[in-house]
Amino acid sequence: MLEARDVSVQFGGHQALSRVSIAAPAGQITGLIGPNGAGKTTLFNAISGLVTPTSGTITIDGRDVTGTSLHKRARCGLARTFQQLELFTMLTVRENIRVAADIRSRWARDHTDVGALTEAVIDRVGLREVADERTTSIPTGQGRLVELGRALACKPRVLLLDEPASGQDDRETERFGRLLVEIADEGTAVLLVEHDMSLVMDVCHCVHVLDLGQIIAVGTPSEIQANTVVLDAYLGTDARSAS
Amino acid sequence: MDKFLIFTVVGLTLSAVYAIVASGLVLTYATTGIFNFAHGAIGMFVAFSYWQFRFAWGMPTPVALVLALGVLAPAIGLLIDRVIMRGLRGTSEATRLVVSISLLVGLIAVANIVWEPGNSRPFRTFFEGKRIDVFVTTITYHQGITILVAVIVAAGLRWLLHGTRIGVSMRANVDDGTLTLLNGARPNRIAGLSWAVGGFLAGVGGVLIAPTLSLEAGSLSLLIINAYAAAIFGRLRSIPLTFVGAIVIGLTEGYLAGYLPGDNRYLAAFRPAAAVIILFVALLLVPNPRLRDRTHIREYFPAPTHSGMAMMAGAVVVVAVVMVTTLDTVSLISYGPVFSLGIVALSLVPLVGFAGQISLAQLSFGAVGAIAVAHHGVGGSPLGLVLAVVFAALVGIVVALPVMRLSGIYLALATAAFAVALDRWMFNLPDFDIGPVHISIFEVGSVSVDPVRLFGRDFDTPGSLMMLSAVAFALVALLVAALRWSRFGRQLVAMRDSEAACATFGLNLLWPRIGVFAFSAGIAGLGGALYAMQLGSVAPARFGLLNGLPIFIVVVVGGAGLVGSGLFAGSMLFGVLPFTSGWGPVFAKINSMFSGLAGIGLGRHPSGAVPVFSRAVSPLRNDPVVLAAMAVSMAAIYALRIAGLYSNWPFAVLLAAAGALAYLAAVRRSRATTAEEDSGADNEHGERAPVELEWVGITEPWTPAQLARIEQALDLDSIKAEFVKADLDA
Ligand SMILES: Nc1ncnc2c1ncn2[C@@H]1O[C@H](COP(=O)(O)OP(=O)(O)OP(=O)(O)O)[C@@H](O)[C@H]1O
Ligand SMILES: [Mg+2]
Repeated sequence: MLEARDVSVQFGGHQALSRVSIAAPAGQITGLIGPNGAGKTTLFNAISGLVTPTSGTITIDGRDVTGTSLHKRARCGLARTFQQLELFTMLTVRENIRVAADIRSRWARDHTDVGALTEAVIDRVGLREVADERTTSIPTGQGRLVELGRALACKPRVLLLDEPASGQDDRETERFGRLLVEIADEGTAVLLVEHDMSLVMDVCHCVHVLDLGQIIAVGTPSEIQANTVVLDAYLGTDARSAS
Repeated sequence: MDKFLIFTVVGLTLSAVYAIVASGLVLTYATTGIFNFAHGAIGMFVAFSYWQFRFAWGMPTPVALVLALGVLAPAIGLLIDRVIMRGLRGTSEATRLVVSISLLVGLIAVANIVWEPGNSRPFRTFFEGKRIDVFVTTITYHQGITILVAVIVAAGLRWLLHGTRIGVSMRANVDDGTLTLLNGARPNRIAGLSWAVGGFLAGVGGVLIAPTLSLEAGSLSLLIINAYAAAIFGRLRSIPLTFVGAIVIGLTEGYLAGYLPGDNRYLAAFRPAAAVIILFVALLLVPNPRLRDRTHIREYFPAPTHSGMAMMAGAVVVVAVVMVTTLDTVSLISYGPVFSLGIVALSLVPLVGFAGQISLAQLSFGAVGAIAVAHHGVGGSPLGLVLAVVFAALVGIVVALPVMRLSGIYLALATAAFAVALDRWMFNLPDFDIGPVHISIFEVGSVSVDPVRLFGRDFDTPGSLMMLSAVAFALVALLVAALRWSRFGRQLVAMRDSEAACATFGLNLLWPRIGVFAFSAGIAGLGGALYAMQLGSVAPARFGLLNGLPIFIVVVVGGAGLVGSGLFAGSMLFGVLPFTSGWGPVFAKINSMFSGLAGIGLGRHPSGAVPVFSRAVSPLRNDPVVLAAMAVSMAAIYALRIAGLYSNWPFAVLLAAAGALAYLAAVRRSRATTAEEDSGADNEHGERAPVELEWVGITEPWTPAQLARIEQALDLDSIKAEFVKADLDA
């Protein structure tokens, strides 16, 4: 369970987030959508500790982690992927995932077999064929799966996914959607930023809409799809050009 | 009171010079993102040129000033921007750093060629001897002019940045590079202008300070490290704060000059190091930088293979045996550092290559090892070598702890400051006690080092020491490779690519950073200790910052992440260059510029030179038959040399011939086999790894298959699909 309350972030004079509150309950997929530059990635950065919010609190499973360092939040069960891929280019796909599992085994101290965990994750995200390739030689879509795999190798309780499906084709996206549901069913809280509306609408229990740094709507996928404010702000251009 | 005022004026004069120089540094860094380590060297070069115009050729002062400051200084700035820096867009911070450090080394080399060191070059101050009375004290014209120029520079920069269109764009660039583009300003013009102004300011500072110092290329270039401290006060962004920093540092130096008891040997050496210590403290106050993310896109270093490492370690030992049995004592002494300082070079591989950290102080850690072995290896005790490693690692930790949260240029500056502080201050301290611990350094001068006694044998000849160093080198190389294969090594190379990602897995970045720093410092300590044994007696001058920079540069040029680049740096800097320099003064001059030029070329090949070599020799490496034939024939040539049939020259020529023949044969054979394979498997990629996409069409023929690969890498399919979808929707 992740809760962010009244989070504000400022870059110089630019207010990137103003008093954003969002909750991602365990066992559910929570969607976060919004036009480009709305502040979605910034919110992820604030939650994971990469940027310091000017105000607001962040709790993970009831523990207040505001102001703590990145690795402490990770040890509270937070994992994330990056929209701009942060892959380890000197390593293979397997090694990428293995590094995450290694690091986890250091702080988790639960005697998980790192090798076995790595292989299990590789199978789970479907990267078996490219496991020995370098990450620079695989397409972006698979790169995003490597990011997901690394996050899963941390056995997170809260998982932040920043546009994980971009670069994937329809078939891959469908598979990916099923995987997400599976992960959530295991009790993980998933917060999903995604531009692929059909994926969001398919898998999310609840969707938050962010525009210009503010939450403008919250609701079930069907409510959001019917919300005129959202249509204006987010789908506005599409809707107009389609008519 | 009088004394106070006098030294206030002295301090303010220094402040003025630092402010002028540092503001130029800040200007170029803030507008172009390149921290110019060579900034001081430009000032040095302009000062030398001014001396040439004014005093050697006797031009009138105004003409000489216009030529040096109005023409030469901005031209150097523009040239650097055009020829060198523009190609560096999109490279990692480390690469940019190496290029500007190489420029520093290169400029010093050129200055030393044009203006031979050692000659006395009188450099008079402006209006020498004239002074004016101000209130209750007198100041010289030169001091007055210096302070006045600083005021004018402050006013001029304010006008440039706030009062002109292009200046406003430059300021926008400081805040956010993309804003400039939105403003419609051309980044190339902005970069050009800021480099020209930067060069000009460096030149002004150089010309103003040179008369009060001796005209010596190295110290003049480094003196301006003091100005770097001022720039750090301004967080490399703010020019007003930089001026404040300059005033603090200048006054501190002025008052230290006036009030520090000159007869105290512990404190006397402190004054020249004060600015560097202020720099170090200022770095501690720098706020936490953003975590490094995705910086090294163009560089790739594969992990070493087991067979490759075995071959390298074996080759090192064999080459050492051959050298020891064929070379005379003089040559053995002069090529001694190939392996000992080669170990120092090797120490950079885990730090710079694996972890992506920067240290310009490796040779200083080597000095710590040298000191340790001098004091604890008395009578050949092996404890000396052990303590060399331990002490160097400990000092590494002490340096690393306060600055570990920093990276990139800040870490480079911190380690450079440390190296200079050791050089200017610590190494000159007499013995002292901290509580029960007696600390002895270079004992003001030089200390003698006893050869080590291991396995019941004294390593007291140049030959045996070279053998020892070579074996140590091979073992350290294996150790570094083992590190790369280990879990810790994987973590380091992961951190190099993205510290942010590693932290989100729950890694506390502090420990691996400190760990690798200590590991690398320890190795450097071992190298320094062996080097010290070869020298027999060591003085601090061998371990200065400027002596260490070429090692750093050449390791990065070789390919910082490759164990082979340690060998490359060692054999290049201490083997090939001294050897070819023996052919005549022209070669010596060219060689003195080698590391500078090589580093400047790095921008074009960020993955280094070693992969190019190793790709070139790969047919030979992968051909056991030819390899065996070569080994046998070389062994025969060697046997005949040992039998005294011929001297070293024919021996070298025969060896080279055998190598060349084997290489040609291997290339021949590999061509023949690939041709066979190609005709056998038409549409297959064969066993060849696909080339990097950038090289498609250059090293590989352009085929539809390659096009498909590029489309796949760019993910064109999904974009196409989206467009198609958008069309259908509309
Ligand atoms: N480090 C930064 N410094 C200054 N401004 C920033 C920084 N990071 C983000 N911004 C600004 O904050 C705003 C929100 O950016 P953010 O990346 O969070 O948007 P987003 O919703 O993720 O957009 P997208 O859908 O394109 O990924 C943008 O206007 C962006 O320019
Ligand atoms: Mg985003």
